Amino acid sequence: MPLELFTAGEPIADTKAPADVPIGERWSERRFRGRLVNPANRRKMTVIVVGTGLAGGSAAATLGEAGYKVKSFWYQDSPRRAHSVAAQGGINAAKNYRNDGDSVHRLFYDTVKGGDFRSRENNVHRLAEVSVSIIDQCVAQGVPFAREYGGLLDNRSFGGTQVSRTFYARGQTGQQLLYGAYQALERQIAAGSVEQNARTEMLDLIVVDGRARGIVARDLVSGEISTHFADAVVLATGGYGNVFYLSTNAKGSNATAIWRAHKKGAYLANPCYTQIHPTCIPVKGDYQSKLTLMSESLRNDGRVWVPKERGDDRNPREIPEDQRDYYLERIYPAFGNLVPRDIASRQAKNVCDEGRGVGPGGLGVYLDFAEAIERLGRPAVEAKYGNLFDMYAQITGEDPYSVPMRIYPAVHYTMGGLWVDYDLQSSIPGMFVIGEANFSDHGANRLGASALMQGLADGYFVLPATITEYLADGPFEKIDDSHPAAVEALQSVQAQVQKLLNINGTRTPASFHRELGQLMWDLCGMERSEESLRKALDRIPEIRQEFWTNLKVTGDWHSFNQTLEHAGRVADFIELAELMCIDALHRRESCGGHFRAESQTPEGEALRDDENFAYVAAWEWTPEGQPPVLHKENLEYEYVHLAQRSYK
Amino acid sequence: MQSSVGDPGAGKRGMNLTLRIWRQKDPTVKGKMVTYKVTDISPDMSFLEMLDVLNEQLIMQGEDPVAFDHDCREGICGMCGVMINGEAHGPQQTTTCQLHMRSFKDGDKIDIEPWRASPFPVIKDLAVDRRAFDRIIQAGGYISVATGTAPEAHATPVPKKDSDAAFDAATCIGCGACVAACPNASSMLFTAAKVTHLGLMPQGQPERDDRVVNMVAQQDREGFGGCTNIGECSHACPKGISMETISRLNHDLLGALRAGARPKS
Repeated sequence: MPLELFTAGEPIADTKAPADVPIGERWSERRFRGRLVNPANRRKMTVIVVGTGLAGGSAAATLGEAGYKVKSFWYQDSPRRAHSVAAQGGINAAKNYRNDGDSVHRLFYDTVKGGDFRSRENNVHRLAEVSVSIIDQCVAQGVPFAREYGGLLDNRSFGGTQVSRTFYARGQTGQQLLYGAYQALERQIAAGSVEQNARTEMLDLIVVDGRARGIVARDLVSGEISTHFADAVVLATGGYGNVFYLSTNAKGSNATAIWRAHKKGAYLANPCYTQIHPTCIPVKGDYQSKLTLMSESLRNDGRVWVPKERGDDRNPREIPEDQRDYYLERIYPAFGNLVPRDIASRQAKNVCDEGRGVGPGGLGVYLDFAEAIERLGRPAVEAKYGNLFDMYAQITGEDPYSVPMRIYPAVHYTMGGLWVDYDLQSSIPGMFVIGEANFSDHGANRLGASALMQGLADGYFVLPATITEYLADGPFEKIDDSHPAAVEALQSVQAQVQKLLNINGTRTPASFHRELGQLMWDLCGMERSEESLRKALDRIPEIRQEFWTNLKVTGDWHSFNQTLEHAGRVADFIELAELMCIDALHRRESCGGHFRAESQTPEGEALRDDENFAYVAAWEWTPEGQPPVLHKENLEYEYVHLAQRSYK
Repeated sequence: MQSSVGDPGAGKRGMNLTLRIWRQKDPTVKGKMVTYKVTDISPDMSFLEMLDVLNEQLIMQGEDPVAFDHDCREGICGMCGVMINGEAHGPQQTTTCQLHMRSFKDGDKIDIEPWRASPFPVIKDLAVDRRAFDRIIQAGGYISVATGTAPEAHATPVPKKDSDAAFDAATCIGCGACVAACPNASSMLFTAAKVTHLGLMPQGQPERDDRVVNMVAQQDREGFGGCTNIGECSHACPKGISMETISRLNHDLLGALRAGARPKS
């Protein structure tokens, strides 16, 4: 690896998990050892929470209930819009209600294995422990989970597991869980413990004497840029999948909060770990603005296939059984259609690369429900997946009850994110990062129905318990707009916004975003190689250069200006894309969603290199022109033994 | 006022459309309908992708693009929503983002306006402020259960039919189409969906009376109109929330008032 792309820094380690007790006792031990804040003192302390998805919404509500003064920020009109709302399939919990051998240890094991041994054991074990309380909490809030005739909760299975531990609410689990958190948040807003800042976007972090003390945010309606101060700052701003332009994220989902915090000193970990979801509706045209997921739960009953012969463009119903290749069932008889997402995605790419893809451009595979409809009857299939089928029909104009769905992988989730310790605290004291925005629990690949679990675990149970150790030293010295750190942050944001408006070139923010996204998909997508990544790293600085000299943004910043919002986000995506490629290039192994063409088994599976890469890559930002600094956090596996993943 | 955009040479396969769009710079000024032409629109585009095409062209001409709210673009966040030829979310029972251009034909004239209701003031062009809905939820649209206090999930079985019916009501996405479609600009369907969802669950019983009186009082305070059971709301609802929820709200409200429940002032 040439030195110019990055430099090596000091190793980094988590010091918060009590390593002197067995893993099953570490979370309770950590809570016992951590200092508390008495209720009278909580009232004197302010916590900023940015984002209102499952992680941010639940954290803001819980901190408000606990008695802190909370300031909550979101860029949409209502906290109920956060993109957790779109999660379809379900939420995992080790309840073992099916009596099928599930346990906290098995959920822990499955998650570490599913993450291809690139996650931190302590964090994952805690996640599995907390999972059971999440279901209790959500049921008490009135979340209408699917139930059986006896009135008890129903479960289904998801990829990468052999038990049924996924709780669900038809195909709208994320929506229902989010509304639970949203309603808890609105209750706290009504109670006066949470201050609401709707349509307000964080544009910088304010760091005073090495501590995170506030944010700079822009009111998207009035355009006003202002400072907000607190004793601690929590980022719950989601993932950065929109760096690829086309993804299953919401159009507004962005990396600005985490990227600007990164530029203020927070380490960004494993940015190259991107999850490509295997079951999305294929791209149709250049105008395409986003991709829509079809829940992985469909793989419980749908069978994935392509024609055996390349170029077979017959109507799928006319292709006889013996001329179809149910390739997942063929290659992975033990897990069949329920292999983890990274594997299902790459195999779809492989069959399409062989010329056996279906639909326009040959970029699609069939997801067929004919067998399920025959076995279960159409009403049962409708009850389970009705809304997903409707959604598919609405978008494609085809009826999936009679014609197999066509699906193709799409960017869905980012396992990388800001580095945090066991307390979910970033490398900047006082800044905590929760949910998809951090890197902590999913390693190199997230299992289905684990994002909702992690978001709510972090927000309801983990952060509110760990933040007290930090706040026990507060309240911190009062600061206001006159503080030099606040002045600097405010002025740099205003200057950047003005700079975007002043360029007055000939290309829209969307055109740069599309170009960047296509480049990342082609060169840093489902498969990466030394060559493709070097090409990307040559090209991205050119895109950045053109962006800052040829961008066109209309209007001004003193008003509602959606083009300006987009421009700021694209500027950050371009910088992030470069770091993603550096991270992907330096990690000369395949693991989970990071597939390096040079590192595969003879069967074409991801080949890890544990000797050299069993670490978290935590990147430190350096001023422009200097290469980023790599800090390695060594990963040790005490309880789950490193092994080649096998789903055969 | 006429403003023509688009590539005049294009349009061989796609549709050519005439759009009349409500333009209003901010809440303090009067708005007006402005005509635009778009060309070569693919029937596979979503309605919002068609507006993206228009906006890209407007930016390139140095004109202010049309402001509209949107986020998930998969029909679930509830952020999008405009009146299309006088119908909330347009001719199909879906969200604006899930409406596709195959619902239109070459040469169509399409009127695009924001939700029209005084509790939803226009922010700019097609974007409105719907925070009144959040305040209705704040008035009682929740179950008071602080984190960590919950009993074991299986302690209280819920009959499947109740849970399923609660789910149906709980699918409301808070888009505001019900208000926009209602001749009275009533928010009754929105409020009734939440009252029904929580009222059907055993966990929602302790606060059931207070919830309904406070949520109804709040929607009145916000200035939403009264419900006269016309049913435009349910017809326009992209999630198909049923009018039965309104019957249930009225039933609960009457019972709560009889039992002595009164709204918090």
